[in-house]
Amino acid sequence: MSLENLTKKFLEIAVQSAPPAPGPDTPAAEPQPLVVATQHAVKGYDLDVTVPPERVLDAARIMDEAAFMLESITGVDWLAEQQLEVVYDYTCLVSGARVTVRARVPRATPELPSIEALHPGANWHEREAHDFFGLIFTGHPGLIALLLPEDATFHPLLKDFSA
Amino acid sequence: MIPQEIIWEVVRLTLYVVGLIAFAAFNAAYLSLAERKVPALFQLRYGPKEVGPYGLLQPVADGLKLMSKQLLVQDGTDVFLFKLAPVMVIVPAVMCLAVIPFSETVSARNISLGLLAVFSFSSVHVLGTMLGGWASYNKYASIAAARVVAQNIAYEIPLLLVVVALVMATHTCNLHEIVDQQAGAFWHWNVFRFQVSPLMPVSFLLFFICMLAEANRAPFDMYEAESELVAGAFTEYSGMGFGLFFIAEYANIVVGCSMATVLFLGGWHCPFGLLPGLHWFLIKLYVLCFCVIWVRWSFPRTQFYTLLNLSWKLLIPLAFINLVLTAVMLKIFG
Amino acid sequence: MTQGTQSIHRETFVLNLGPQHPATHGVLRIKLTMDGEYIEDAEPVIGYGHRMQEKMGENRSYAKYLPNTARLDYVAAMFNTHGYVCAVERLAGIAVPERAEFIRVITAELNRVASHLLWVGAFLVDLGGFTPLLYTFDDREQILDLLEATTGARLTFCYYRFGGVCNDIDDDFVAGTRKFIAHLRSRMPMYHAFITKNIIFRKRCEEIAVISAETCRKFGATGPVIRGSGVAYDVRKLEPYSVYPRFNFNVPVYPEGDCMARYRVRMDEIEESLRILEQALDQLPGGPVMAEKVPRILKPAKGDCYFNVESARGTFGVRLVSDGTDKAYRLKLRSPCFSNLSLFQECSRGLLLPDALALLGSLDLVIPDIDR
Repeated sequence: MSLENLTKKFLEIAVQSAPPAPGPDTPAAEPQPLVVATQHAVKGYDLDVTVPPERVLDAARIMDEAAFMLESITGVDWLAEQQLEVVYDYTCLVSGARVTVRARVPRATPELPSIEALHPGANWHEREAHDFFGLIFTGHPGLIALLLPEDATFHPLLKDFSA
Repeated sequence: MIPQEIIWEVVRLTLYVVGLIAFAAFNAAYLSLAERKVPALFQLRYGPKEVGPYGLLQPVADGLKLMSKQLLVQDGTDVFLFKLAPVMVIVPAVMCLAVIPFSETVSARNISLGLLAVFSFSSVHVLGTMLGGWASYNKYASIAAARVVAQNIAYEIPLLLVVVALVMATHTCNLHEIVDQQAGAFWHWNVFRFQVSPLMPVSFLLFFICMLAEANRAPFDMYEAESELVAGAFTEYSGMGFGLFFIAEYANIVVGCSMATVLFLGGWHCPFGLLPGLHWFLIKLYVLCFCVIWVRWSFPRTQFYTLLNLSWKLLIPLAFINLVLTAVMLKIFG
Repeated sequence: MTQGTQSIHRETFVLNLGPQHPATHGVLRIKLTMDGEYIEDAEPVIGYGHRMQEKMGENRSYAKYLPNTARLDYVAAMFNTHGYVCAVERLAGIAVPERAEFIRVITAELNRVASHLLWVGAFLVDLGGFTPLLYTFDDREQILDLLEATTGARLTFCYYRFGGVCNDIDDDFVAGTRKFIAHLRSRMPMYHAFITKNIIFRKRCEEIAVISAETCRKFGATGPVIRGSGVAYDVRKLEPYSVYPRFNFNVPVYPEGDCMARYRVRMDEIEESLRILEQALDQLPGGPVMAEKVPRILKPAKGDCYFNVESARGTFGVRLVSDGTDKAYRLKLRSPCFSNLSLFQECSRGLLLPDALALLGSLDLVIPDIDR
């Protein structure tokens, strides 16, 4: 599947989940480009996709249908914005094209659906992200500590964590 | 009043038993050194060389270390069987040695059913290993115990079939007589007696393979498979408990190689018909022992099912063919 | 299951393989649910050697973190350093001189050969053959000697720096590497005769633990594992970095997906690496080995980037997020062994214990790389 086709498909997800029209007295938020083609040589990936958290499963489906491989899942803690960004890295085994899918969840309720059913390899990556960021992947078959001790109650990669 | 001959016989036998135990222990010690020195040659390294000249005292140091160690017995172990098992493994091996004729004169007991005695005793050590593994209360040891039984049953059959063919050809179970029939140069040896069965070299090979498997040597060391079962049946043994298993392993190799020498390679006879005697027996014995070590360090371990398939699907049919062929040849030419 | 076997009382037991077990090559624990010697379920338990490398990457400046990258996959440390250095260079926009790129390729490929040689020996130990290990160690030792003379380390290299490499290679290194290439080429037929053609080895590897290409993709397995399943996925070809596009080399692919295929891929990769080395030495340009004007304190611009290198074990990826300060805002290390091990649970089902250990060995795991 070519990158243009993928862009089209991703745009569908983004459009479908566009937030409802803001109230009459609040100004419309600056429209953010949700699917950005980037230069591989500069960024290391070809497509930068931002989807709402409930849509990561759809994004995973698009990637699965295009025979992309899930390479990693990770989080980034944006403390100032009180948000956690979850980054999915996909790569194409044939062309080497790389797609980054991002979703942002509020820090207070870091929940988003698990993509374990589509990409079984996500099982460990999600457990790792759960360890490090406290992200909760709903529908994950066993979201228990992977790298941290079984009884760990802390999430070391949160920016407000101190040992 | 006890007749003097009986007293002498008792003294003689006692001395022989002491001598045989010493022989078994000595062999275990120095074969274990050979097991480290010989592969060192293959593997571009030195092997032990610190203790004594050329590391010759290394086995003594190992023995002292093993003897000074505590015998650990953990909870859940069947203590009686756990302690009995090493003894059950070592005693039959020494018993076998008692029957084997090392030369015309050096032999503890010349009994008419010597062959049978060796094979009956040598099958007991399976039971010892199995009990040891089972009594250890360890999952790895239990798996090893199950393996050792399946393996030894599978390999005893072709081993005995080969030996039966040999007994048909030699008409005797007395080991002395079997060796005597092979007197003279090497073409008189059983391994080259083509007039009895053209498959004789093959049956020697069968015997050697089965002997490796019976002695649980690599590539058939299923019960010890260190990369799978840690130390197999010996996982929980420490100190001299392990040491006895260790001695028994080498004693079994010596018994197996001795039997191969006696049955196929003309015992104490010289390959060129000169100066028969103990030295020829020992030379043949240790050449075979070297081969056993050689095989171990040259091959990876087989899988368990390959091992059983090899026995049931290849070795046993071959042994049967050999048996039938021997019978036919004897009927026609004998 | 037939009627007959259903009535037999079946009992499974849990076998705890590791964390200290001869076949796990480190502190890896696998909880096996066994039915006799057949594996019903295998759950890898990892994290015994977890050091929170990613947090360390956020706590210290880029240069201070650099030596840590060699402590991930200590058998092939060049690749980790390479990935990290390149990611930082990409974000900071540092151009690397040509000679330095060549030296990076040469040392990385030497490290790949060393890593594969070690693997061949260790794999044979897993299968119960001890002798090949000593031979491969002997050859590997020569590589380590070469690298030691140039980089100052034998295992945990910290040779690559932002903007180049810290030491230029000398004529001795070039001559020594050429000698080594000839030496290893003369040894390869011996390895093939003693290992590849060994009947017991083949029995233990052929058609054992077959992994399909689809399973590899689903679990994110890369490197020789996916190439042994018939997918020609190699970062050096698909996302060319450094000066790899200038060299002529093949990506060995075997479609069988069994342990033998993974073994053959690695053996062929050794020879391909030797080819790359030869070409790199022939084309080696002169010039500086360090970029001019690399700031002492790196402060890459805000933003993120991803960089992938083809490590000896698969794809090693670095995702770097910078907030414009001298420390990374987020450093994600994508370890190849982590993903390669994650398919073990799926692929070991129904295998016998020794075959599962052959599979485990053929994945070529370095546990600190998984635990990070």
